[in-house]
This record gives sequence, C-alpha cells and structure tokens, in this order.
Amino acid sequence: MEAVEQVRRIRIRPLSRVNLIIQATLIGLALLTLYSFTRFDSRGIDLGEATRDMVASFRLLLLEPRLKNVTALEMVRQLFVTVGLGFLTTVFGAVIAFFLGLLAAQNLAPRRVTHIIKGGTAFIRAVPTVLWVLFFAVSAGLGSVAAVLGMTFHSAGYLIKAYSESFEEIEPGVLEALRASGASWWQTVFQAVVPASATALLSWTFVRFEINFSTAIAMGATAGAGGIGFDMFMASAFYLDLRELGAFTYAILAFAIALEWAATRLKTALGPQRH
Amino acid sequence: MQPDIFRMRRRQALLFFALLATLTYGAILITEYDTVKGLVAIPQAAIWAASNFVPDQEAFARLPRIIDKLVETILMAIASSTVASALGLVVALLGATTTRPHPWVSLPARGLASVFRNLDVSAWALILLFSFGQSAYTGFLALFFVTFGFIVRVMMETIDEVSTDSVEALRTTGAGYLAIISQSVVPACLPQLISWVLFMIETNIRSATLVGILTGTGIGFLFDLYFKSFNYSSASLVVLVIVIAVLLIEAVSNAIRRAVL
Repeated sequence: MEAVEQVRRIRIRPLSRVNLIIQATLIGLALLTLYSFTRFDSRGIDLGEATRDMVASFRLLLLEPRLKNVTALEMVRQLFVTVGLGFLTTVFGAVIAFFLGLLAAQNLAPRRVTHIIKGGTAFIRAVPTVLWVLFFAVSAGLGSVAAVLGMTFHSAGYLIKAYSESFEEIEPGVLEALRASGASWWQTVFQAVVPASATALLSWTFVRFEINFSTAIAMGATAGAGGIGFDMFMASAFYLDLRELGAFTYAILAFAIALEWAATRLKTALGPQRH
Repeated sequence: MQPDIFRMRRRQALLFFALLATLTYGAILITEYDTVKGLVAIPQAAIWAASNFVPDQEAFARLPRIIDKLVETILMAIASSTVASALGLVVALLGATTTRPHPWVSLPARGLASVFRNLDVSAWALILLFSFGQSAYTGFLALFFVTFGFIVRVMMETIDEVSTDSVEALRTTGAGYLAIISQSVVPACLPQLISWVLFMIETNIRSATLVGILTGTGIGFLFDLYFKSFNYSSASLVVLVIVIAVLLIEAVSNAIRRAVL
C-alpha cells in the first residue's frame, strides 16, 4: 500500500529550473497585464458601445469600399510610392549593412571593432523608426528625404545584426584554409564568406523589405512621408471616410499578402541550403 | 564542351545587380527622393543634434512625467502582446495541421490571422480611431490585432514542427483531444511561445510609440508634443529614456530566452 502511494507521488514533470522560469515568466506577464488594465486610460469610452460601433465600422470598411477623394490610378501610384520607399530603404540599408556587417562579425574583424559596431546598432534599433524620421526631418524637412534616411538607419541597424550573425555561422576551417593559402581579407570575403552566406543574406533582406513596406505606410501616416499611408491618414482623420479607408485597406492587404506569399516561396526555395 | 560555370555565375550576378540598380533608380524617381539632399542632411543632422538634441535642466525636470508615460506605453505593449499570444495560441491549435479538430477549421483560422498581421499597426489604429477615439483601447487593439496574426502564424509552424510525433504517439494510446493538447502540444510549444511573446513585446514598445503619435497616448504623444513645440531637449530625453528601456527589456528577455530555449 505504501509503495503504491509513493509511485503515485512521482512528479511527471519535475520542477526543473527551466519549468520554473517558464512559469515565473507566464505569471509575471499575466500580473503585468492585469495591472495595466487597472491603469487603462479609457477617456470615457463605453466599451460595449464602442465594440458594437467597431463591428459596424468593419462592415462598412470591408463590404462597401469605394474611392472618393483620389482616383483608382492615383491610389495605385501612391501604393507604389510606399513600395518604392520600402524598397529604397531596404537596398540602402542592405549595402551599408553588408560592409558594417563584415566588420561586426567576430570571425572577420577585431573584437574591439565588433563590440563598437554591435553596441551602436543596438542603440539605433532601440529608437523607433518614426523617431528617426522625425529627427532627420528637422534638417531635411518633412518628406521623402527624412523618411528614407530614418528608415535606412533602422534597416541598417537590423540588417547589420542579421548579416553579422550569418557571417559568424561560416565554418572556421574554410576561413583558416583561405588565410593559410595567403588570401587577402577581401579575397576571403568574396570567395568564402559571401558565397556561403548569400542565401541567408537574401532571405533576411526580404524579411526586412516586408517590414519596410509596413513601416513606409506608418511613416506616411505619421511623419509626412507621402504614399498610401498619407492617404489613409487623410481618409481617417480629415475626411472621416470609412469606405475610402476600406479601399486603401484592400490595396495594402493585396500587396502585403502577395509579398508574404513570395517570401514563403523564397524561403522554401532557399530552404535546403540554409543551416 | 562544358559551359563555363564561372562565366555563367558572373553573368547571373551582373544581371541581378543590373535589375537591382534599375529598380532602385525607379524607386528614387517615384518617391522623389533627392540623393544629394539626403547625403547632406546626415552631417547637418549630426551637427544640429550635438548642440540642440541634448537634454538640459528643464528637460530633467519633466522626467517624472516622461517616465510615467513610458511605463504606460510599456504596459500597453506587454498587455497587448500577452493577451494576443494567449488567444493566438488557441487559434493556432485550431489551424495547425497536426492539431486542428477538422480540416475546415484550418482555413478560416489561417485567413483571419493573415488579414490581421498584413495590415500595419498604423493602419489598424487609423481604422479603430473611428470607434474608440483617442482612448488607450485604440492602441491596445491595434497592437493586439497585429500581434495576434503574427503569433498564430509562428505558433502554427512551431506546433507542426515540435509535436507531430508525440501527438501521433498519444493518439495511438487513445488519449482524448484535450488531453493531447494540454499534456503534449502546449508544454512542447511553451518555450517557443515565450520567446515569441518577448520578441513581440520588444517590437510592440516601438509600435506603441508610433501608434501613440496617431492616437495621442503614451510616450509617442509626449515626444510629438515636445517635438512640434520645438522643445528639442525634452524630446531628446524622451528618446534617451526609450532607448534605455528597450535595451533593458531586451537584456531581460535575452536572459529568459537563454534559460528557456
């Protein structure tokens, strides 16, 4: 009888350190969430009424989209301005990140240099993109120049981290063999580092393009970057036109979903070669 | 004769970069980006920042208010990420190939998540402003929607990766659906889920700042207020405080991630 009792008391999932940390994190997040609800600044909004209103808005938005203040052609053009902004900042960011990423990789550059660059990029990434754009707007004025600079900064910060981590995954033996044979630093980079990490770089860059497309919409809405984001802002804050907002929503969704589909295809196409 | 592989590869690379250059030129034209002005603006901004974008005495007097708004923003990011992840896990269980109760449930779950994550936070905020006005609900829901869509996607992938074998094993022993989910799938996915929640919290602090500018809440609103009234020293303190907070939270989540994964 006693033996049975003991068998029953065996813990199926022992309270290991990992489980303890998982539970502590979950409880911590739950408590912080509850606390944040107590401080919620509702500004006199009746939640039930607002939710009903939201459902009605969604119906209007999704079922009755139409354009009024801009033509369909103009909307497509603005969508391409946003796409162009995302593309441009991704390319600029990628070029900067390629060179600085090399200097941030521990197997390619002196430790002190990698520390400086990694610290700098951590700072750049910590500042939200919109603040970078507004920061540059002081000297460049609100518009595409400030938007491109601000978004490029953040993209470069993100891609330097991603690229340098891909470079660091290269097998040390390959680099050693090239160095032993007397190859220069640039030769090692272009004969070993770039071919070995090309697919990883490509897929990170594409991920960033997806992010930058979204960011470009946001910058149009908040930081005068133009494009479809600005049109959305006007439809929402100025014309109060949900139906027009619906048309923009469909345009953005169509492009973003196509982009995501392409990214997934790219990932599977490159998949086997990635570590 | 064998084709010259090096020449072929070089030609492919050349073609790729030519295409890239053309697209870049097209993008410069359509966005009306002024390359020279852009290059000049960087040193200009640096010189301007060195003398004007530095916190002064007056700015530090505003520190309590800044911290208060920062805490509000961080809490909103945590709350929206946590709630969205909890709900996202449930929907991911309904949508993942190994755990869906019926194949027909999968498609609407995937579709819903796709719509939610593919519209940017700012666009959601602009839509939600109609019903929730400039209250905290607008920002919370905008962050919630995008996070929800993202978590559903990554958790569906994780579930299919982690638990296909154990689900099959448990099913052959005759375990019920809920038992399989609670005893095998969820415990196996928890470390990944926590890692993604932490990632979303980091992202959402930045997104909440952005949404705050649109909805007039939190630290984003405060920055916008100082910035548009040319109070640059206070604005710079806001940036500094955000950076410190983000780096601290990143350090904490990296520590948790290292312990859990």
